[in-house]
Amino acid sequence: MLSEAKSTQTFVEKPKTLAELRAQISFGATKAVDLAVGYYDRIAEINPRLNVYLSLSKERALAQAERMDALAGKGDPLPPLAGIPVGIKDVMVMQGAPATAGSKILEGYRPPYDCTAVARLEEAGAVLLGKLNCDEFAMGSSNENSAYGPVRNPVDTERVPGGSSGGSAAAVAANLAVATLGSDTGGSIRQPASFCGVVGVMPTWSRVSRYGLIAFASSLDRIGPFAANVRDAATLLGVIAGYDPKDATSSTAPVPDYAAESGRPVDGLRIGVPAEYFAEGLDAEVRAAVESGIDALRAAGCSIKPISLPHTKYAIPTYYLVATAEASANLARFDGVRYGYRSAASNTLSDMYSHSRDEGFGAEVKRRILLGTYALSAGYYDAYYGKAQQVRRLLAEEFLKAFAEVDAIVTPTAPTAAFKLGEKTGDPMAMYLADIYTVTASLAGICGVSVPCGTTSAGLPVGMQVLARHLNEGTAFRVARAVEAAQV
Amino acid sequence: MTAKVVVEDVERVAELAHLQLTPGETGAMLHDLNAILDYVEELNELDTAGVVPLAQVTELMDAAGGGLRGDVVEPSLDRSTVLAEAPETNGVFFKVPKVIER
Repeated sequence: MLSEAKSTQTFVEKPKTLAELRAQISFGATKAVDLAVGYYDRIAEINPRLNVYLSLSKERALAQAERMDALAGKGDPLPPLAGIPVGIKDVMVMQGAPATAGSKILEGYRPPYDCTAVARLEEAGAVLLGKLNCDEFAMGSSNENSAYGPVRNPVDTERVPGGSSGGSAAAVAANLAVATLGSDTGGSIRQPASFCGVVGVMPTWSRVSRYGLIAFASSLDRIGPFAANVRDAATLLGVIAGYDPKDATSSTAPVPDYAAESGRPVDGLRIGVPAEYFAEGLDAEVRAAVESGIDALRAAGCSIKPISLPHTKYAIPTYYLVATAEASANLARFDGVRYGYRSAASNTLSDMYSHSRDEGFGAEVKRRILLGTYALSAGYYDAYYGKAQQVRRLLAEEFLKAFAEVDAIVTPTAPTAAFKLGEKTGDPMAMYLADIYTVTASLAGICGVSVPCGTTSAGLPVGMQVLARHLNEGTAFRVARAVEAAQV
Repeated sequence: MTAKVVVEDVERVAELAHLQLTPGETGAMLHDLNAILDYVEELNELDTAGVVPLAQVTELMDAAGGGLRGDVVEPSLDRSTVLAEAPETNGVFFKVPKVIER
């Protein structure tokens, strides 16, 4: 509830649950086509204020909705996401649809294939509404690095939605999709979920195929879902998770029934609370909301254990060396030759590369490419990239040690609630610190869920981050569900 | 290790990264890179002698990736579909500006 009079607007609306929508569609009470058209109407009305969608895939969406209505009409069994309208972060490709990654360098690109996670959603019956705004190449914590303008937070339009999956979080918060996919490299699903008051899931690295995800930092990148509640997020992860022959790094571990897992009671679970995540720099109102979530877990029968993760303060410098080094290599492919933007101002191949890249990339992307190139360059490799990889092992081992004592770890997702547009754009270091609680789990490869656990006095959402060991998403969902159940 | 960067370093790295920075951009990047490199100096507080670098995390998990696919020829994207996305082609190959200046 916004307590003070504001010039800003709020566009918050809670989507119906998957169970409700699926029941309506299977009994014919709602036509999937009408549902999709309704969403497109709401997008037409509200998107100009929020800048959430970059492109719409109406033809493909309506054809899929018709297929689902036809199945329902015949009384055939419906797939798990039949007729559910979803949105896709614009770093995942859909055949023939624009895929900008929030960058000018990919303007006009129409990829000739589907991302595996997106294809799996559609095979499960989902209706793909369109592509969602994000920070350029998923590099940012506020969605202000998009070449197509910032997304506004549906809770308060003067504030950022978080980033880099700002459009994916805002779309669910404003009911411009029932659920969405985002990507998380250092916090890009969890932090915007926290800022927009929705559930966001970073699965274990390798749990979801990265085929068709435009790469930022390959050893860190994950695709994951956003939804309005934990159970629906768990259902979506169950659909997109699992081995994919097109991504040799994807895990062959069986995919559990995450939705069922999310409903299991939490009594007896051991919950770790790391002191380092509640130290200086944490906003007092965020702390209070997260502590109320911890109280709820205690009341639900969890044992709460204070723990220490002393290397935490080294996570941000480690992350920004590892992620930028990998980014500098991954983004070398954008060269103006095979697809995307080519500068007209060039007479030689070498000039064409450098002009296309300078004109096509935004400032943050260039900053990270330069830092990563520097950290990998002769004479500096050991001191920067090598050192960061060593500290990465220390950070990962610290988590594994902690998980010998506890089943899950809970922390604030971000040190503050959503900040104002423009507040941090002049200071890259201040922006990087918005990820202070999320990057460590990224480096360790473990899974995490951000679940709403309260609001500030100004009505801004606060998220609790629930971390669990590799491939233990079910535990993270259980704990997140217990926190969700305690919200009024 | 107090390797602060100067303008020449930024220009050298930009060249390695195929980025043609404007003079204004070079100045801004010089400032930002120094700020970030100062910050990451913090890592040198840690003694990491003998720590094996961790490049990625599959070794930490019980179940790793599915390994390599069989070496089998499978259909891939049609040439014309791929070339349709390119800024310039001759219908068979990608076209680029001349490589060698005369």
